[in-house]
Amino acid sequence: MPTSLARAERLAALRAEVRALESATAGEGRPCLPFGIESIDSRLAGGGLAAAALHEAAGDRDGLFDEAAATLFLAAIAARTHGTVLWALARRDLFAPGLALAGLAPDRILYAECDRDEEVLAVMEEGLRHGSLGAVVGETARAPMAATRRLQLAAEEGGTPALMLKRRKKPGEDPLDLPSAAVTRWRIGCAPSSPLPVAGVGRPRWRLALARQRGGEPHEWIMESPDAEGRLALPSELEHRPHRERLAVA
Amino acid sequence: MNGRDGPFPAPPGEREDPLVTVHRVGSRIEIAAASPAAAALGLTRGMPLTQARMLVPGLDVRDAEPEADAGLLARLGLFAARRWTPRAALSGADGLWLDLDGVAHLFGGEERMGRRILHFCARAGYAARLAVAATPGAAHALARFGDRPLILCPSGAEAEALAPFPLAALRIEEGVLAAARRLGLESIGELLTMPRGPLQRRFGQTLLTRLDQALGRAAEPFDPIVPEAPPSAVLHFVEPIATAEAIDHGLSELMARLVATLEKAGLAARLFTLLCSRIDGAEQSLRVGTARPTRDGAHLLRLLRMKIESIEPGFGLEAMRLVAYRCEPLGPRQLSGDRPPPDLALLVDRLAGRLGARRLFRRSAVESDVPERSVRRVGPLASAEPWPAWPRPVRLLSPPERVDHVLAELPDQAPLRFSWRGRMHRVRRADGPERLYGEWWRRRTEADSVRDYFQVEDEEGRRFWLYRRGDGTDPRTGGFDWYLHGVFG
Repeated sequence: MPTSLARAERLAALRAEVRALESATAGEGRPCLPFGIESIDSRLAGGGLAAAALHEAAGDRDGLFDEAAATLFLAAIAARTHGTVLWALARRDLFAPGLALAGLAPDRILYAECDRDEEVLAVMEEGLRHGSLGAVVGETARAPMAATRRLQLAAEEGGTPALMLKRRKKPGEDPLDLPSAAVTRWRIGCAPSSPLPVAGVGRPRWRLALARQRGGEPHEWIMESPDAEGRLALPSELEHRPHRERLAVA
Repeated sequence: MNGRDGPFPAPPGEREDPLVTVHRVGSRIEIAAASPAAAALGLTRGMPLTQARMLVPGLDVRDAEPEADAGLLARLGLFAARRWTPRAALSGADGLWLDLDGVAHLFGGEERMGRRILHFCARAGYAARLAVAATPGAAHALARFGDRPLILCPSGAEAEALAPFPLAALRIEEGVLAAARRLGLESIGELLTMPRGPLQRRFGQTLLTRLDQALGRAAEPFDPIVPEAPPSAVLHFVEPIATAEAIDHGLSELMARLVATLEKAGLAARLFTLLCSRIDGAEQSLRVGTARPTRDGAHLLRLLRMKIESIEPGFGLEAMRLVAYRCEPLGPRQLSGDRPPPDLALLVDRLAGRLGARRLFRRSAVESDVPERSVRRVGPLASAEPWPAWPRPVRLLSPPERVDHVLAELPDQAPLRFSWRGRMHRVRRADGPERLYGEWWRRRTEADSVRDYFQVEDEEGRRFWLYRRGDGTDPRTGGFDWYLHGVFG
């Protein structure tokens, strides 16, 4: 069937053209931050989170709980980088001892207290362009498309990951429904913790949803929350299932 | 020494108790200085301490600090050089020379100026004596051996004024003094009547030189204190400038000059001030501080440009001046080789310029069990202490929010259900209690208070950090009501 072959060729050529148009960091061999978990890394274009790019996360449901999980998720990513992390705050409820438990020690975080979302974005951009930071984290409610594009460019220029926590201003609105230039967008929800043989709260679990990614497909996982070094883990009963079932899940 | 060490420390006020400072001379301890109260009791400089203790029981004795005294005198000298006369010098370990040529009239004449200086010293807490004379030697003698705190000696009358003074007033060493005393020479007046030839043979040239210097017959070197001016650069404009571009251009030019000056001197500064003189005489100033001493022109320009719009040029600026304060030595810069990673201090400066220095910080541990007190802010480049690894939430509610309809077994069981913000939560899993006691040393009301913290999870996986006031048995420890203090991820 020559026509379909020609079409496949043309498609491949177009894809190559688009890839060339995309910025250099989106290409092969770019630096990335792997999660160290095969089932996540294999689903991400490039085998991990792009190191010089903007990533967004938000809580799955309304309320503080999923937002707290999203905070820890970003803190864990920042903890796996090297160097100082700039954290631009817009509200004052972040509790540093809790971040330390996800592997982000207090001497690695530099806080910048901002009044408005625009200030958060400007501080993030300044931090990203500087180039010596391990990661830049910002908490915003709303970021216009142009601002996210600026952040993405700044992240590419400084080679620094930009992590944006989208917080809800009103219940019911979805912080991820605005268009954004972020390379990956995540939705984190709390799930019942890992069962323990005795009474007590086990290691927390999250429903981790990759809502959108550039150059890849969305996906969903159940993960255990980060340990003291910022590493997520696959729940053990999923990991130790027979091979065939595991494939079906992943 | 330089002038940024702040005001002179006020010495202790009038003491009732006699006080002496002592120093070691050879194998014995002697009095170095005595307070007025001690001097009134007959204690004098050079008296052995044992003798002084015998004369005055309960004498307050301190060690003399000659270096600190010299430092204080040097600062006073520097102040004098800035405030009263451009030529001031140290005179021995206990005096200052001020050259009043051409400055006395600015202060209302020699006598008024002298009184003003004495008044200043008295206000700063120092007993001072002052003499005005045509030669440093005569002034030295009159100030130390005169009978009044302020003596004015007209030019040419030195010999007459000095005649009754002992030879020690001439600044000569102890050996020569002793020899003169053996020969019965006591006062300067007696010395003046003697022929010079025999005097020189017997006592050497020093005595005659000092005498000549006191009487103005020989010149005396003067070693003035030079106040250090902070490095600066000035730009005067032929035409007044008012546009932002012109100001920016002038600023770049000034910065280039200042950086060159700093580089030559091997200095870097932490505070930069831009002063703009308007043609109507008003001054506008901008200042930027940096987290570390720097002389990085591009970085400083960026910091100053952030604030350049706050300058109001009015009808135009006629001069701009850039001054570097708080200088510290900084070695030369490496020009080639590996590029070092960008300095975090530069980012800190830039963000502090945007947000204000107080809103940039790190968080460090405080040794407190009460969660809301366990965190304090430290500077953006300071080191931060970690917390002990107890389970702590990532978001903390401030203040804690009340939860109602709690079903929990006393004294120490976790709640089975509770309602928060109008919604009922059924607890599936729980950990606790973690008991935290109030800090009685901070507040009296906390003396008995207890909080029992529980980590609980509801059926949908939300994880709460709840606490109950009180230990569950004794109502004095708290009201047994429940609060939500934080949420775990």
